[in-house]
Amino acid sequence: MIILITSIIAITLKAGTSLVFATIGEIYTEKSGILNLGIEGIMLMSAVLSFTVSYYTGSLFAAVLTAMVTGGVLSLLHAFLSITMRAQQVVSGLSITLFGTGMASFLGQTLGPESNSGYMIGLNAAKFKAVAIPGLSRIPMLGAVFNQDPLTYIVLLLLPIAWFFMFRTRHGLSLRAVGENPQTADAMGINVARTRYIYTVFGGIMAGIGGAHLSLSYTPGWTENITGGRGWIVIALVIFSLWNPSRAIWGAMLFGGINAVQFRLQASGAQIPAPILNMLPYLVTIGVLILITVWENRKSYTGSPDALATPYQREEK
Amino acid sequence: MRIFFEKRKSYSAGAAVLTPVISFVVSLVLTAAILAAVGLNPANVYAAMFRGAFGSWRDFTETLVKAIPLILTSIGVATAFRLKFWNIGAEGQLVLGGIAASWVALFWSSWMPGPLLLPAAIIMGAVAGGIFAGIPALLKVKLKVDETLTTLMLNYAAIIAYDGIYSGPWRDPDGFGFPGTALFPAEAWLPRLSGRAHMGLVFALVIAALLWFAFYKTRWGFELQMIGNNKKAARVLGVNIGRNILIAIFISGAIAGIAGACEVTGIARRLQQGLSLGYGYTAIIIAWMSRLNPLVCVPVSILMAGLLVGGDSVQIMMGVPSAMGQVMQGMILFPMLAGSIFAEYRLKINIGGEVQA
Repeated sequence: MIILITSIIAITLKAGTSLVFATIGEIYTEKSGILNLGIEGIMLMSAVLSFTVSYYTGSLFAAVLTAMVTGGVLSLLHAFLSITMRAQQVVSGLSITLFGTGMASFLGQTLGPESNSGYMIGLNAAKFKAVAIPGLSRIPMLGAVFNQDPLTYIVLLLLPIAWFFMFRTRHGLSLRAVGENPQTADAMGINVARTRYIYTVFGGIMAGIGGAHLSLSYTPGWTENITGGRGWIVIALVIFSLWNPSRAIWGAMLFGGINAVQFRLQASGAQIPAPILNMLPYLVTIGVLILITVWENRKSYTGSPDALATPYQREEK
Repeated sequence: MRIFFEKRKSYSAGAAVLTPVISFVVSLVLTAAILAAVGLNPANVYAAMFRGAFGSWRDFTETLVKAIPLILTSIGVATAFRLKFWNIGAEGQLVLGGIAASWVALFWSSWMPGPLLLPAAIIMGAVAGGIFAGIPALLKVKLKVDETLTTLMLNYAAIIAYDGIYSGPWRDPDGFGFPGTALFPAEAWLPRLSGRAHMGLVFALVIAALLWFAFYKTRWGFELQMIGNNKKAARVLGVNIGRNILIAIFISGAIAGIAGACEVTGIARRLQQGLSLGYGYTAIIIAWMSRLNPLVCVPVSILMAGLLVGGDSVQIMMGVPSAMGQVMQGMILFPMLAGSIFAEYRLKINIGGEVQA
């Protein structure tokens, strides 16, 4: 029993890490008023590129850096289209996802070595291994928390920091002001466009690390559709966390947990048909969304930025 | 020196038409760069793509085969987008339409007279797609749940269900090991017009024309536009927003369902792998590029279909990765999005540091 719970906690954390990174990032992006639906595309591109770098250089550091740059560049494009070119953010984000999905497939079919016909599929590369914290990792059940790969440790430390920055610093206040009421923020001297650019790129970088975790730790490796829609689930998790970074962990645990449960149920040969199990994450996302929305409608403060996805133009009324 | 955008006094139709053309050219250039980067000659690839899509009548019919579901899904998506209802679920609605049509074709033949089988399949496909789209619509209208995610999540659910159905409960026992249902009875076969291009083309063109008329020439179309652009005005004018949303989104999903039903009864004549090819997502690009005008969706869909068919043919002949077509599709949107601003804003350069309020 103890072993079961330990393994569930372990799988949950491992599965949830990429989600937490991306969720924290998107919370920041949305708090500034920008909706980035390109996360799925960013995660796929980061996954394939970081895996490729890891394969050819053996350096995990370079691989994660690649992922961060990928995420940053793609989200910069989204920021440019949404902020400067005032395109519709939903369409802009979607096009990044469509492009990222196609491009990631393309790269996964061309960047590989000759020996594998150019494919990156089926290769092994340097990956993150679990680093056990001496002593703590021996605690029954909870010890699983202390036996994870470095990225998981980083993201767990990131949670309180991300919360503190957003709610206890002046920068965080400026960020929230921009998302709630850009006119007032502008009048107070905050550069709305620059703020939005910064946090959109930050969100992309985080999503990039999330994607890297998938190909460098969770799966590991590269396969088509390695994200399985995680980028979209992140959008739901942002709402689920009520735009509060410290809550990002719960949603990710929920989904990590579903993954873990799917795993165990299938392994144990339970009678639930595989398709139903596979649908669980997506149906649960809908359920979560419904619950949160209904609850939101009853509360007055929900954390959702008022100016989300509304372009800000200074000279217009 | 300052570079900035200034709002135009009036919407520039010239820019609106020029933008897609220029964007397409820009995307061709960008894709050429990618092709060159992986060691291929863009000119050769493009020429081969064009030949593969439009070079002969036979090739053109293959392009039409892909264009039919694109036209249908894109006009369906356009219907929803008119109301600013972001129906990302066309892919799932198409698949549900295919499942429903297969259900009719496989299991209704025992009690339904032959000639009625095909119409029933198409109609049930429409109904299934409509209901599948209606769920997120209902959630939005009654509970204000954001539709972007619900429609999208349902896509994944639909595809998982579809994969499970044709390889599981409905699998043909005599199928020689290939997962898929049995062949539909002949009465349930959608007639083909030329090559593999089937009657779905007629449905597509007729529905596109009907929608165009509805959107631009009827009061209902005007009401839909108002719901999308100015909800307050719509409410003040007594438009029943909730009911209109439900009806419009049902139609949106139903059209996608018809696309799925036609695919299944016109091409493969069985439910098997290959129904979910991402057309539902391409439809979003097409609808947006066509500025939500159903008639414009037709040529744009044919163009996109040409990209896909051309992409397939160079994959076989020149070893270009199959994801090429998808990359190009994605590439087209960026210049278009960037260019979309020019319809409403003009670019101004202010030399000399004049103070702007």
